[in-house]
Amino acid sequence: MNAHQIDQRTLLQNETDPLTHTPVHLLSLEKVGKNYGNILALSDVTMAVDNGRVTCVLGDNGAGKSTLIKIIAGLHQHDAGTLKIMGEERKFSSPRDALDVGIATVYQDLAVVPLMPIWRNFFLGSELTTGFGPFKSLDVQKMKDITKHELAEMGIDLRDVEQPIGQLSGGERQCVAIARAVYFGAKVLILDEPTAALGVKQSGVVLRYILQARDRGLGVVFITHNPHHAFPVGDRFLLLKRGKSIGYYEKKDITLEELTAQMAGGAELAELAHELEQLGGHSDVVAEVESEISKTEGN
Amino acid sequence: MTQTLASPTRPVTDERVAKRNPLQKLLGRPEVGALVGAAVLFVFFSVAAPVFLQPASLATVLYGSSTIGIMAVGVSLLMIGGEFDLSTGVAVISSALTASLFSWYFSTNVWVGVALALIVSLAVGFINGWLLIKTKLPSFIITLATFLMLTGLNLGLTRIIGGGVSSPSISTMDGFDSARAIFASSVKIGSVDVNITVFIWIALVALASWILLRTKIGNWIFAAGGDANAARAVGVPVTKTKIGLFMAVGFCAWILGMHNLFAFDAVQSGEGIGNEFLYIIAAVIGGCLLTGGYGSAVGGAIGAFIFGMANKGIVYAQWNPDWFKFFLGLMLLLATIVNLVVKRRAEQK
Repeated sequence: MNAHQIDQRTLLQNETDPLTHTPVHLLSLEKVGKNYGNILALSDVTMAVDNGRVTCVLGDNGAGKSTLIKIIAGLHQHDAGTLKIMGEERKFSSPRDALDVGIATVYQDLAVVPLMPIWRNFFLGSELTTGFGPFKSLDVQKMKDITKHELAEMGIDLRDVEQPIGQLSGGERQCVAIARAVYFGAKVLILDEPTAALGVKQSGVVLRYILQARDRGLGVVFITHNPHHAFPVGDRFLLLKRGKSIGYYEKKDITLEELTAQMAGGAELAELAHELEQLGGHSDVVAEVESEISKTEGN
Repeated sequence: MTQTLASPTRPVTDERVAKRNPLQKLLGRPEVGALVGAAVLFVFFSVAAPVFLQPASLATVLYGSSTIGIMAVGVSLLMIGGEFDLSTGVAVISSALTASLFSWYFSTNVWVGVALALIVSLAVGFINGWLLIKTKLPSFIITLATFLMLTGLNLGLTRIIGGGVSSPSISTMDGFDSARAIFASSVKIGSVDVNITVFIWIALVALASWILLRTKIGNWIFAAGGDANAARAVGVPVTKTKIGLFMAVGFCAWILGMHNLFAFDAVQSGEGIGNEFLYIIAAVIGGCLLTGGYGSAVGGAIGAFIFGMANKGIVYAQWNPDWFKFFLGLMLLLATIVNLVVKRRAEQK
């Protein structure tokens, strides 16, 4: 697999976005690197995010995914390369900076208060008020209506916005967090492993909302370690391994099988099968891993 | 965001659980368990002690409730905000002693002392909150420390300044009468005198309910108690909210302290110890979650009312008041169990 060549080719194509025919990306990283002391957490990462597109960042644990989103979200600063917003070079000094240019991050733990009603969670920290001076009070009806409307817009059919958010399923909660980010003016939405803790069906629900967000014109950065989740929704795929980019593809240049193979690494799978066999692993599991290898080699 | 309707394929309402039935909704309120308990207790004492139902007795019950209830307002808010305060009982006395000793020692108008007491009470609250935030220790430890320190200060300073265990009488000093009219008078309603603290109590409960349910700050209080980290992540000023809550408790302590001072014109410096638990009990009976994030000001008020009824009802029923504490403990246990059951049932989908 000549990953590097493909990498170069797709990058050239990205210079003019086929949808907008403009060379400017909403958000772009060029050869971005970051080290913590003497540890190289990330190096030479190039990627772009555009309106109405989903950029997937794939990688196993420790691949540098978190470091990458922390740079984009303003929690950390990069040491090398450039980060551009609408073609303008930027370096965020705080999450507030990133928020101000419209980069919203939905973290795994979601930042919701379980016992509070959905609409209170939706507006928490940015409440709408009426009246003035000391008599300012919450505009409850308006906030409920907006919450209901925004969630409906995202395709979330909700029972009752007065319900504590803790009663929602993990997927629904994830969706409320996404809808909140969208409503409060996010242009770039970073989703940190939104499907990691969810079952198959719930993951499907979240993936649908990712597409909803995309269709509303947001640039989405979808971080995941599951190629099966990334492939159906992604337009671009950045593969990370041990802090380095091992490939950056347009959707048309890669298949799910190739993506999976790149993610797992054929050699590593073979090693795993061998190890499992030695440990007296269940023969079914071994067979499964072996079939995965043969699939990889087939491609 | 244009106000277009949701796409027709996706109805806004959900057919799965179309509506929560109103009864279930009502049972989901935090104060319901306490309300049921209060009703049962009310009927019980009405039967056991017919005197209980006379207007004058009810006024006495309400007065007793208000002296707990005023503090329970602040303590309930604080508990919803995820903290609690063990120094409240003695803080009331500290406030009263500050006003009394200062105006007596410097022979000022008592209103000067009253104003100083307010500052001191708010400062005690601020210090509690600030220490909590800075040290990140649990509020149990921080306020236990302030409880002990205030207890010592109350006794020590009263002896140094006033020369005894109780503060000197200030009933002849300038401003005493007007201060008494504000903090410790009674209002005639029909044939009975109702103490002004009852009205202050109701006003405070109304104000606290409005803040909790209808203002930004209320939202922040629930969030700070429910999940402080999540609240911080979406931009809620958790630190300010918590310090503010401790100061609100200080404010309540000031009001009650002033009432104690002007109702009796002198204050025993060793009083107040143990009362902090009564306030916490009122809040918990009223459905405030000890771990924060859930509860109501009205609940705290009902808790205080239960306390008042039990306290005076035992006297009216001519039982030995020795049993009061046992009764209170039982009430606390029952109320919290009822709360728990009601809440679980209501939240079942």
